[in-house]
Amino acid sequence: MEDVQMIHLKINNLPVSVPKGTKILQAAQSIGIDIPHLCFHPDQRAKARCRICSVEVVGNRRLLAACSTEVWEGMEVFTDSQIVRDTQVGILQLIMADHDKNCLTCARNHRCELQELCARFNIQIPNVPDVTKDRKAENTNPSIVRNPAKCIKCGRCVRVCKDTQGIEALTYASRSDDLIVTTPYNLSMEKTDCTLCGQCSLVCPTGAIVEKDDTQVVLNALQDPNTHVIVQVAPAVRVALGDAFGYESGAIVTGQMVTALKMLGFDRVFDTNFSADLTIMEEGSELLHRIQNGGVMPMLTSCSPGWINFIEKHYPQLLPHLSTAKSPMSMFGAISKTYYAKQAGVPVKNIFTVAIMPCTAKKFEAARPEMGRDGMRDVDAVLTTREFIKLIRYVGLSFKDLPESEFDSPLGTGSGAGAIFGATGGVMEAALRTVYEKVTGKEAQPLEFHDVRGFAGVKEATYDLGVRKVKVAVCHTLLNARKMMDRLEKGECDYDFIEIMACPGGCIGGGGQPYDTTNEVRKKRIEALYEIDKGLPYRKSHENPDIITLYKDFLGEPLSDTSHHLLHTDYHQVHKLYEFE
Amino acid sequence: MGNEATFITKNFGKYDPMSIDSYLSIGGYSALKRAISMDGEDIASKIAEAKVKGRGGAAYDMGRKWSQSRGIKAPHKVVICNADEGETCTFKDREIITHDPFNLIEAITICGYTVNAQDAYIYMREEYRHLRPRILNAIKQAEEKGFLGDRILGTDFSFRIHLYSGAGAYVCGEGTALIRSIEGKAGRPRMKPPFMKVSGLFALPTCVNNVESFAIVPHLLMDDKREYVSYGSGESLGTKLICLGGNVRRPGVYEIPFGTTVRDIIFDLGQGIPGGHSLRLIQFGGASGKVADSRILDTPYTYDDLKKAGVTVGSGSVLVIDDRTSVLDFLRMTQDFFSEESCGQCTPCREGNLHIKLILAKMARSEATQADIREMTKIAKIMSISSLCGLGESAQNALLSAMKVFPETFELGGEN
Repeated sequence: MEDVQMIHLKINNLPVSVPKGTKILQAAQSIGIDIPHLCFHPDQRAKARCRICSVEVVGNRRLLAACSTEVWEGMEVFTDSQIVRDTQVGILQLIMADHDKNCLTCARNHRCELQELCARFNIQIPNVPDVTKDRKAENTNPSIVRNPAKCIKCGRCVRVCKDTQGIEALTYASRSDDLIVTTPYNLSMEKTDCTLCGQCSLVCPTGAIVEKDDTQVVLNALQDPNTHVIVQVAPAVRVALGDAFGYESGAIVTGQMVTALKMLGFDRVFDTNFSADLTIMEEGSELLHRIQNGGVMPMLTSCSPGWINFIEKHYPQLLPHLSTAKSPMSMFGAISKTYYAKQAGVPVKNIFTVAIMPCTAKKFEAARPEMGRDGMRDVDAVLTTREFIKLIRYVGLSFKDLPESEFDSPLGTGSGAGAIFGATGGVMEAALRTVYEKVTGKEAQPLEFHDVRGFAGVKEATYDLGVRKVKVAVCHTLLNARKMMDRLEKGECDYDFIEIMACPGGCIGGGGQPYDTTNEVRKKRIEALYEIDKGLPYRKSHENPDIITLYKDFLGEPLSDTSHHLLHTDYHQVHKLYEFE
Repeated sequence: MGNEATFITKNFGKYDPMSIDSYLSIGGYSALKRAISMDGEDIASKIAEAKVKGRGGAAYDMGRKWSQSRGIKAPHKVVICNADEGETCTFKDREIITHDPFNLIEAITICGYTVNAQDAYIYMREEYRHLRPRILNAIKQAEEKGFLGDRILGTDFSFRIHLYSGAGAYVCGEGTALIRSIEGKAGRPRMKPPFMKVSGLFALPTCVNNVESFAIVPHLLMDDKREYVSYGSGESLGTKLICLGGNVRRPGVYEIPFGTTVRDIIFDLGQGIPGGHSLRLIQFGGASGKVADSRILDTPYTYDDLKKAGVTVGSGSVLVIDDRTSVLDFLRMTQDFFSEESCGQCTPCREGNLHIKLILAKMARSEATQADIREMTKIAKIMSISSLCGLGESAQNALLSAMKVFPETFELGGEN
């Protein structure tokens, strides 16, 4: 390891030593001083827009932004002098004056960074008049709601959409006090390049961008005695939910989570890990079918709905590469309204299937007309992890004190392969575990495919299946997806199979996850998923006994007619409104 | 016109600005020829010795700037000529471009040679579109004569100049907003660092200078008689173009030796205030400049003396306001300008300009209280110490200086 040059400075007269390149904000954090900040986000380049982190640096006539100013040798910083306090509080008041203050009915009430700062600085009677403008909320798609009146123009959403996702569906328009964050041409989000991935809602410090709230729909269904309400929970939720209830990042809270769902009144609590295994059966078989029959290669995964929206809008010419397999959520939905209904002896029309997902785009996916039959949806409601947290609070459960319990049968058993779906590289590894064995007839040794693990934006590996080598690639974030698709278009992708996840880190970093999901947190959740995988009795999808029974009793073979009817779909180019034809 | 000098403007009217032959006939391009026989560092030193300060408004030591730019090693560097000239009552650069475009092109080329750049961009405000043909003609003729393009005058130095027009935003005169505008992005300033000299236009090391700053250089290089430094004194050597406007009989651009008094500028060059009106205030250096009253009249126009008197040279404008306009009306006009021109990205400037505008309007309606005045003062100070860029920093210069010079305007009958 290289020697890191240390910089010595003083913050509020206390000596501090930090590595060269550290910003004042982090230097202060290292000695326990939290300089207020709003536009700063640990995973983003500094913007220095909100100016609330302004601090005094001796020798400078003006205050400096702590988020963007690197420390220097001998620097003397004051974070709590009168001028700093006056400035920070003054800026906070200016922000508040232009902010819709209906906090009591805001989606972010009690979970709002602006509210926290107002509480911290004990803001009482504002010194400046309210200057909020009449800015209407946008509520036109199933996933995301924008409330421009609550926007503080910090630019985090713009940055994540541009720098992380490479989409630029959010941007600034106008100037001076008319400046707004909006979409190109002020179109509703779904008509722009937006994929509804929801990363904007994850980084927004206020209630300006939030998921569309479906908690009441679910609560109503739970109250209806004639409705049989079942729930599936995505693999990524169980390693993130604890964050909201005082657990360390990456804590595995599966048992408490299942108990909470049962206490909420769900009739059956099932596991999306089960249908993740089902996805592997279908998608893996499709891959082999394509390889053996000269199908369109490479094949692309199809579980991430943000990614599906992306390719339908941005690379429609590459749609034949997409696996026709539905996502685990939608496969579960289809099975719940067919096989399960029969098994449980419940009329299909009485079944209400809820999905708890780390994702905002899943709400859109569930509303697609392809994801249902005879005018009936396969998944009736999708809640994000954040909405699930609200439900737990709503019914007053003391989550940390809940006992652990087990998923219900028959859709409640998942293999380790299903569990790791939530991490970037997980779908690929799960597929490899099954495909390897199907092709070679031998157990994969070792079972773990470490080359496709980890947080690198693009990973690739080649595996020898005896008869043939398979070359695979894994990427996460839509910026990396775009690069991969550009390569594919140019014929530079000699892969057989590519896994793509829209969100950083995969589903564990999804747009519907708890606030404060940073890349550091994402890495801990990924570790937790591999931990879950290690502890499970079945680690390969095709060994999941419930999956074996499902095929024996209902589906027949992977890619059978029934499978095709229920578990596969097709894709269509989606025209963005401003692409004038 | 005893107070006028002709150093920077010595070519004005002496040649046909559309003809390089005409320019060459009065000695044009002698400076470039001399420059390419010199070491770049010596050129920068010559500018530094004459204590030339940037004429855009920030008054940064120009020789030092060129030397620093020169010191940055990179295969591709650029020079920018800032001809955005967006400050109110500022129109000196327009006169230079109109009357002496070849001198400007020559100066930019000398800068390119000095700092080892390959390309230059002239960023000219959209309102000067009528001057585009003049600049493009000068570039074209210079290329034809071998003063621009590959291997200039037989040396290894190759250099090109490009003309770019803004879309009219005042803030695009700010260096980082300017480069974004050229790059095709919205013209909003960005945080520094990185500094322009390290990473500017297209992320290349960039040396930005104002039109007037450039215009001095060829004359200075040929100034064997040391005429330039014979003007002025102390830190303010040489001459300066000022833009005299407002309530004066003879508004216009004047080249003055540093040290001319403000009184001479207004009452001699400008021939005083028309209609028997008296002086209310003078704003120095554009909308972002500070104001003074008649007590400043005997102050010599130098960097140091103006600073002592509470104002700055800024853009070089001298805006005279007579007793027909109240201090409050003047401040509201200036505020309207900034409320329009703030880019809106940083909180203090976006929201601060709005609230100050509202309080000034309250004052005009005689509804403001002392608490409003206190709040306005506080917001103005927050803007000046914590805004992202120079626009927010300087937007309340007029207000804060007026509070000192005209305290009676802010003394209200109201309680609290």
